[in-house]
Amino acid sequence: MRWIRRNLVVIAGLLTLAYMILPNLVVMAFSFNKPKGRFNYSWQEFSLDAWKDPCGVADMCESLSLSLQLAAWATVGAVVLGTMIAFALVRYRFRARGAINSLIFLPMAMPEVVMAASLLTLFLNMGIELGFWTVLIAHIMFCLSFVVTAVKARVMSMDPRLEEAARDLYAGPTQTFLRVTLPIAAPGIAAGALLAFALSFDDFIITNFNAGSTVTFPMFVWGSAQRGTPVQINVIGTAMFVLAVLVVMAGQIITKRRKKTATA
Amino acid sequence: MTTSTLQKEEAAPVEEPVLRKPSTRKRLVPYWLLLPGIIWLLVFFALPLVYQASTSVQTGSLEAGFKVTWHFQTYWNAFHEYWPQFVRSLLYAGTATVLCLLLGYPLAYLIAFKAGRWRNLLLVLVIAPFFTSFLIRTLAWKTILADDSLVVDALNTLHVLDVTSWIGWTEGDRVLATPMAVVCGLTYNFLPFMILPLYTSLERIDGRLHEAAQDLYASPATTFRKVTFPLSMPGVVSGTLLTFIPASGDYVNAELLGSTDTKMVGNVIQSQFLRVLDYPTAAALSFILMAIVLIMVTVYIRRAGTEDLV
Repeated sequence: MRWIRRNLVVIAGLLTLAYMILPNLVVMAFSFNKPKGRFNYSWQEFSLDAWKDPCGVADMCESLSLSLQLAAWATVGAVVLGTMIAFALVRYRFRARGAINSLIFLPMAMPEVVMAASLLTLFLNMGIELGFWTVLIAHIMFCLSFVVTAVKARVMSMDPRLEEAARDLYAGPTQTFLRVTLPIAAPGIAAGALLAFALSFDDFIITNFNAGSTVTFPMFVWGSAQRGTPVQINVIGTAMFVLAVLVVMAGQIITKRRKKTATA
Repeated sequence: MTTSTLQKEEAAPVEEPVLRKPSTRKRLVPYWLLLPGIIWLLVFFALPLVYQASTSVQTGSLEAGFKVTWHFQTYWNAFHEYWPQFVRSLLYAGTATVLCLLLGYPLAYLIAFKAGRWRNLLLVLVIAPFFTSFLIRTLAWKTILADDSLVVDALNTLHVLDVTSWIGWTEGDRVLATPMAVVCGLTYNFLPFMILPLYTSLERIDGRLHEAAQDLYASPATTFRKVTFPLSMPGVVSGTLLTFIPASGDYVNAELLGSTDTKMVGNVIQSQFLRVLDYPTAAALSFILMAIVLIMVTVYIRRAGTEDLV
């Protein structure tokens, strides 16, 4: 009893972690299921069928590749626009800074349905056909604020004297930017990019409103929840989970090694 | 933390001695940097809100076309008809936020202070679920909360379901298609958004403050109440905002895990816009939701006392 009381935080924390991981484990387990009906919600028997043929479902892998392309372009767009804004906000003093800060903050402080619906009214009123382009526009819009926040945090902690030093050593503006500023800001930009990619890839609500008949991967999953969920969805989910864990771990090993070589 | 503040204090006086007046070209640099992104936000974030405002006061039909008639009655009608869904949204989102805080705090605390060399692994485990599409994970709750599942059996044996049924959150020994399932899904979906800000603000706390509290004979509980928790307030505030705001507009959990009795306002907006095609009502509903959320958030930030967030 005393042991429990002393380790209460650890126990409670681990229970929360279990709550967070449980659905992922269920998704993983059910990727090896052979469901009887159209729905993959109850366990029937073990099978590797879905793993052998992950693209065996009509239109699923097309939607997956569309989502990946969208996320890639949305990331590029949001990172370019967002990094520029972040630099302007941190490095320069000018009028309307307050207004611009709130314009950046507001998209993050608004329920997604509101943004999704208002964007749809714009496109309908303008007579713009819904599809790939409208989704891309929307994704860049809502990723932008997150990129600005991530990059801003990094640029703020940068020492401006490093750039002055570069200029003193006769580096031109372009050289200073490419050799000094960009490398220091890189971790912030990378964090923003990763966030933008994940947000865009996983977005459902805004896409649901503005996609027209275009089917992204989350839209495919949503549709399949009504028609019957193929096991292959679990395969993709599991693969994404495992891949993400591996990438993050690899990244950590690399940074650890770098730190070691830097101190050695 | 201390080193960075020191650096800032040192850096401040050195900042760019003004030798000559910057040329006009140089003064325009920030504006050129801002222009593309700000135009994007103005055209695709601010302008749509204007269009939505105009749509909300229009009347007409899809066939005959809509016209601005300043028909503010739509707001009243929409609110009158759908107020139960508004109440439900705020109730579910509020409950989910409180649960997120109660569940998330111990885990954030564990990672920040007690994890040691496991810290990075635990952080990865908090972020990694993000990478399995959240719709797939939400669907997994259908399996976990199914009528004959282990979890529901356990809750039944522990008589938890008796209590929740008594307050109307479950029905008999069913969990799926009840309010509890929806709140469970919402809590699950937005937990990382609570844990990460909490962790960031806890991690910044200087460990020596805990030692000092102990030296002054504070019990662990007092240390937490008087030192740790107040210092983690920025994390608590941004965590609650990051869970409450998206949860209040969510319609995925109510659709996948709930029933017709658990519809939230997001579900109404979605079906009015995409199925019924009654644009004025849908626009009015989404403006009412926006207003409610903005008012609540402003009041909350004022009360919590961290105005630098906005």
